[in-house]
Amino acid sequence: MPTQNDIALMAHLMRRAGFGASREEIEARAAKGYEATVEELLNPEVQEAVDRYDLIRFQPWTWRPGTIQGMGAAEWLYFMVNTRRPLEEKMALFWHQVFATGVSKVDHYDEVNDMVLLFRQRGMGNYKELLTELAKSPAMIYWLDNCENHADAVNENWGRELLELFSMGVGNYTEVDVRECSRAFTGWTFVPKLPRGPLGRFDWYFQYREEDHDDTEKTFLGQNGRFNGEDIIEIICQQPATATFIARHLYNFFVADEAQVPAWAVTPPRDQDAIDLLSDTFRDSNFDMRATLRVLFNSDFFKNARFARLKSPAEVVAGTLRLVGGYEFPSPGLGEMARQPCYMGQDLLNPPSVEGWHTGTEWINSGSLMRRVNFTADLVSDVTKPGIQSIIQRLRAKGHLSPEGFVDACLDLMGPLEVAPRIRQELVDHANAGGSLRWDTPQAVENSNKRVSELLQLIVSLREYQYA
Amino acid sequence: MTSTKKDPVLVVLQLTGGNDYLNTVIPYTDPLYRDNRPVVGVPDARILKLNDTIGLHPELAPIKAMYQQGQVAIIHGVGYANSPRSHFRSMDIWHTCEPDKLGTEGWLGRTCREIDPNKENVVTAVSFGPSLPRALALPGVPVACVDDLQSYGMLTSITGEEQRSRILDRFSRLYMPTIGQGAVMDYLGQTGLDSMKGADILKAAPERYSSTIEYSDTTISKKLKGIAQVHLANLGTRIFYCDHGSFDSHSNQVGMHDKLWKDVSNAVDEFFADLREHNASDNVIMLVFSEFGRRVHDNGSGTDHGAAGAVFVIGNSVKGGEYGEYPSTRPQDLEQGDLVPSTDFRGVYTTILEDWLRLDAAPLVGGKFEKPAFL
Repeated sequence: MPTQNDIALMAHLMRRAGFGASREEIEARAAKGYEATVEELLNPEVQEAVDRYDLIRFQPWTWRPGTIQGMGAAEWLYFMVNTRRPLEEKMALFWHQVFATGVSKVDHYDEVNDMVLLFRQRGMGNYKELLTELAKSPAMIYWLDNCENHADAVNENWGRELLELFSMGVGNYTEVDVRECSRAFTGWTFVPKLPRGPLGRFDWYFQYREEDHDDTEKTFLGQNGRFNGEDIIEIICQQPATATFIARHLYNFFVADEAQVPAWAVTPPRDQDAIDLLSDTFRDSNFDMRATLRVLFNSDFFKNARFARLKSPAEVVAGTLRLVGGYEFPSPGLGEMARQPCYMGQDLLNPPSVEGWHTGTEWINSGSLMRRVNFTADLVSDVTKPGIQSIIQRLRAKGHLSPEGFVDACLDLMGPLEVAPRIRQELVDHANAGGSLRWDTPQAVENSNKRVSELLQLIVSLREYQYA
Repeated sequence: MTSTKKDPVLVVLQLTGGNDYLNTVIPYTDPLYRDNRPVVGVPDARILKLNDTIGLHPELAPIKAMYQQGQVAIIHGVGYANSPRSHFRSMDIWHTCEPDKLGTEGWLGRTCREIDPNKENVVTAVSFGPSLPRALALPGVPVACVDDLQSYGMLTSITGEEQRSRILDRFSRLYMPTIGQGAVMDYLGQTGLDSMKGADILKAAPERYSSTIEYSDTTISKKLKGIAQVHLANLGTRIFYCDHGSFDSHSNQVGMHDKLWKDVSNAVDEFFADLREHNASDNVIMLVFSEFGRRVHDNGSGTDHGAAGAVFVIGNSVKGGEYGEYPSTRPQDLEQGDLVPSTDFRGVYTTILEDWLRLDAAPLVGGKFEKPAFL
């Protein structure tokens, strides 16, 4: 029988390594054990994948949505909400935030969705291989203009961001390295370069054009050779800065809010030991993400970091939909749901820039906080939703509840959420107005349903609820 | 200044992505311009000539008209030493005035605190857009961050006047500060309270607004219309912020740059026409900037990240004309292929802070800088 602490720890793991889970799922996983659950999350292939044909059958527009305004992330949101492989999906989101690429320039959702597919398939594998695939991704090639990077006219956009944002971080290379790196990637382009037709664009494929590649000698990070792109990636991966950079990203995404990427060159990590452990594991395992994540989730610094980071909008939206339930069937309205993270400041498949989104408190401003509160409160207010029904059944099973008991039970079922005594007292004061929670007459049931709805709305609007 | 004791107002329009200076304010008589821009150069016949040396991009016609009425200051070669040529770092530098170390406080956040130290008005600064720009970020300084003025309010799922007032009352108690709860909780608490209060105040703006000006159906026109609505409602807002982009024209620059400037020029034109119609333009100036200019020589399709750029300051109270030196385009004068800044951006800020907002600029921009006299 799992203890309350086992439940709280499992809820923590599922918020971080996934998008949250129902109490039923948390209890079942806690019964299996923490390390066993970590292994299951790290080996997603043992679980059935989301059946995208279900989605295509009922919402065909979600498949290769082309330029459907604002709704290109519908398929992805459907995966986040319904996946039985939550870490696989979470890692796709992780890499999308690191290798940020957007339709603001790529124009078509399809190619950016292909990147998500790549991250889903390879995101827990080898970083070096992932980086090589990334360099061949047509969306990335177009996003950072490598298709305009020619042997006789070098375009530095990809070369620079590969070093600055995808591997080492600013301050670890010179302007000459940027130039040489860019030269090594000349000739890495895609086909076909045809204008978009009325029904969309032809799919893009990577192409290496030897005649457009600068095959002469290059000096990159102190090494000399007639480097091509793969050689550059090999050298990048050997750099200690790369391991540290990935470790800091993992820490910021999975453990606790960190300073933002541009600050890393000048701001030491929150927890140097954690970064050292992660970066050592990353290098010792030959850049294996699965091995690095295993160490992360089983570490004390992870387990002790409950509610140490603010939820991203994607986590808010997918997490709330998983909590309230009823979004398993691909219903109309999925597209509008997929726009919600954007309204909170995270337009999926369309990050503000190649730096991705700023996280932590930068998710929060007066507008985005209001959107989070309003979206979440609106969904939990609906007592007909299966997830809310399940909460009500659990409350009813406790019999008549005093206002204190009512508040404590709801805080437990919505997390378990930890709040300061003053906050709990405010909620109790609020619940006091209705007396104890009763279910003995139809009128009492109706009244109690309303009270649960209101209390849950108040709980999701708490500052404490904004943390994962 | 023509009139009024109305408080001065600053509107900031950020051109995100690095606007190409050379193709915006074109040194058309400089023979090197043609040499450097074989692909993306603006044909001579299309250039809107301002004088014997410079002309504007063809899509800046509304800006040219305002320039000829003496309402536009063009400040040349604005930037700072050792441009990192990174969007993010450069934008951070413009936002925080910290070129040598990483800053987190925005210069307009500090300005806002100076204008309203006791936070008497939570809508002293209003930003239009989904996320708060770092320029306005300063813990404890409230900034209303609005996408759509019409639907702006907290816990709108709860209806019924009595139930609403009960729950909003509880919400504000839950968001009240507690000693020792930590900076992030403090920030969340203050943000929640401020946004609730701001929503109450801003609700009034679209209700009171009427105008004959038809704004274009573009994102930047929508933002500037929202700014006009709040300004015209006299809510005491002193700083407005919005952005448009992306100006990151590495490839296919020609059509892309045209469209961007068409939308921006029209929006600016509509905005000032709206203010003039309501006799509310005299106390407003607009600062238009980008994080950097672009490389002098084009790359065969677009232009890469550069250094110095142009700043526009627009408004009735502005002393129109050119300020500063257009940086030399001679190869031996370039740094890594880029124009070398001739005016420090903090000098431009200093003019605005001292001669418009009447504040002591040095602590806000981190030092003393020579200020171009456009006000």
